[in-house]
Amino acid sequence: MSRLQITFDALKQQQRKALIPFITAGDPAQKMTVPLMHGLVTAGADVIELGVPFSDPMADGPVIQRASERALKQGMTLRGVLNMVAEFRQQNTRTPVVLMGYGNPIEAMGWSEFAQRCEEVGVDGVLTVDFPPEESHDAFEHLQRHHIAPIFLLAPTTNEARIKQVAKLARGYVYYVSLKGVTGSGSIDLSAIEEKMPQLRKHIQLPIGVGFGIRDAATAKAVAKLCDGVVVGSRIVQEVETSNEQNVVANVSKLVSELRQAIDN
Amino acid sequence: MTYNFPDISGHFGQFGGSYMAETLVPAVEELTAQYLRFKDDAEFKAELAYELKHYVGRPSPIYHAKRLSEHLGGAQIYLKREDLNHTGAHKINSAMGQALLAKRMGKKRVIAETGAGMHGVATATVAARFGMECIVYMGAEDIVRQAPNVFRMKLLGATVVPVESGSKTLKDACNEAIRDWVTNVESTFYIFGTAAGPHPYPMMVRDFQCVIGNEAKVQMPEMIGRQPDAVIACVGGGSNAIGLFNPYIEIPEVQIIGVEAGGYGIASGKHAAPLTANAKVGVLHGNRVNLMQDENGQIIETHSISAGLDYPGVGPEHCLLKEIGRAQYVAINDDEAIAAFDALCRFEGIIPALESSHALAHAIKIAPTLAKEKVLLVNLSGRGDKDMNTVAKLKGITL
Ligand SMILES: Cc1ncc(COP(=O)(O)O)c(C=O)c1O
Repeated sequence: MSRLQITFDALKQQQRKALIPFITAGDPAQKMTVPLMHGLVTAGADVIELGVPFSDPMADGPVIQRASERALKQGMTLRGVLNMVAEFRQQNTRTPVVLMGYGNPIEAMGWSEFAQRCEEVGVDGVLTVDFPPEESHDAFEHLQRHHIAPIFLLAPTTNEARIKQVAKLARGYVYYVSLKGVTGSGSIDLSAIEEKMPQLRKHIQLPIGVGFGIRDAATAKAVAKLCDGVVVGSRIVQEVETSNEQNVVANVSKLVSELRQAIDN
Repeated sequence: MTYNFPDISGHFGQFGGSYMAETLVPAVEELTAQYLRFKDDAEFKAELAYELKHYVGRPSPIYHAKRLSEHLGGAQIYLKREDLNHTGAHKINSAMGQALLAKRMGKKRVIAETGAGMHGVATATVAARFGMECIVYMGAEDIVRQAPNVFRMKLLGATVVPVESGSKTLKDACNEAIRDWVTNVESTFYIFGTAAGPHPYPMMVRDFQCVIGNEAKVQMPEMIGRQPDAVIACVGGGSNAIGLFNPYIEIPEVQIIGVEAGGYGIASGKHAAPLTANAKVGVLHGNRVNLMQDENGQIIETHSISAGLDYPGVGPEHCLLKEIGRAQYVAINDDEAIAAFDALCRFEGIIPALESSHALAHAIKIAPTLAKEKVLLVNLSGRGDKDMNTVAKLKGITL
């Protein structure tokens, strides 16, 4: 069984919801990423979404754009991110790690080598924001061969036919983007999520995580009630941005603990 | 071989496609469906033809640049005068088509990205013409170098949003326009400026721009009794070029030459010529194309004196035409483009856009090597009024 499946099965048994924080690899400094990942786990993260920085992050708002710029300035590369996961796995073999980013850095490395490296270092899932299922046949073959889960986004604009298509291809969990917009924008519409959920559940057996626009503990708690996991990105990256190398792990951990408590209560 | 691209899902061989975030996938699918529904609709075609004739001023003439040709002492240079269109460039051909489609789709808000500002002006113009709200995204660097166009857009009622991220040029304006579209997908039509991006844009923008080549195919035999020996156009994203080239693909005797921005020279690495430099294939802005990138797949900053060519990618159909050998792609450096700009001003009394000056510069380069009977048709994609600041600065003059 995959780490993602074990994690979500255990949560289900305990009747708890997954907390899935996102950080950008290499932000604020390359040496901080692995300590941050361990900090996230200690503070209560169930799955880590690790952002692979890209020069042109079209689906991201200013907060994650700036994080990508900081990371690229530090010389962060996809190969470097994979090495970080290897280092993380020396101490943690339990917490699933999902790489999230854009397709081109993977294209440049080659899907075959990428998928192989993912398996070697212990990556569990891969989410490429700008590769919809229609354009991902090659990518899937390679990911599947190496037992890496392709993670998909679904949006408020996704129609039933596409939900069915994604249901067939997805592994691990499905990520429902709760608003029309880039990461970090707007505020979440709880009733809209509640309305969409039955349509998603009708076709999707996998756990459903919800993200985009979750900025505080109260919202995280409310969203968690409606789905299987909450993804928190920009709010955490913002915490990284306003911290320094000395206090970033402590500050981010504090924030994640608050989210954890809110979700569990 | 029958040339029939793209396929039903927007692929030009290995190039093109539709690489979009999930929120936009239904929007591009809907756009494809609506475009396919209206493109052969008699009423749509009649309305577009009417607007192109009475508002844009088509057909654009072809002009024999006799003095310049005589001076060069070789092949005859003919110019397809897209600079004489309303708003001063070819961009309005496609902006008009897309606006008419937006109208039919009930969209009251249009957005656009722009580099040189010509597409922004064209979009602002059609938005004013049809009473639509218009937002134009433009890199902060381009806002400085194309200041006259920024003012024109504002006069036309558009909001111009400066983009400060990345290299502050066309690709970043594109990123920002996509972000707007994700956020406002239901109310908004994205009037895309070139023959690139996710399907259906490369096909749709090409179809609208093909008016250039279709006219030329009728005009050239009227003028000289035959088709030209070569058609030449500058390639940024590739819309003016594909509009001229595509109708000529089926005539194998006509050579097709695309001219990219060589910047400081291909060897310097500071250019915007992905095809000439054999850039690796990658994915950006919704399509798979030759793309200027580093070994880690990050998009690298490009350089060109002309904002409209300053883009790391190129439309998928050009990638295919290069791959199958039907078209040839070359680069012209900044200084060669400036020399061509000066030459057209002095010999013909026409001030060309710096983008178009690249195409012209290549014609000027090869004309002396060819016989006097040879005919080169250059797409003069736009006029140079917008470039006064850039050219003055280069000549050390403050306006
Ligand atoms: C006059 C002119 N020519 C050419 C271009 C390049 O665009 P494309 O390659 O799509 O024709 C531009 C773009 O701004 C332009 O303004």
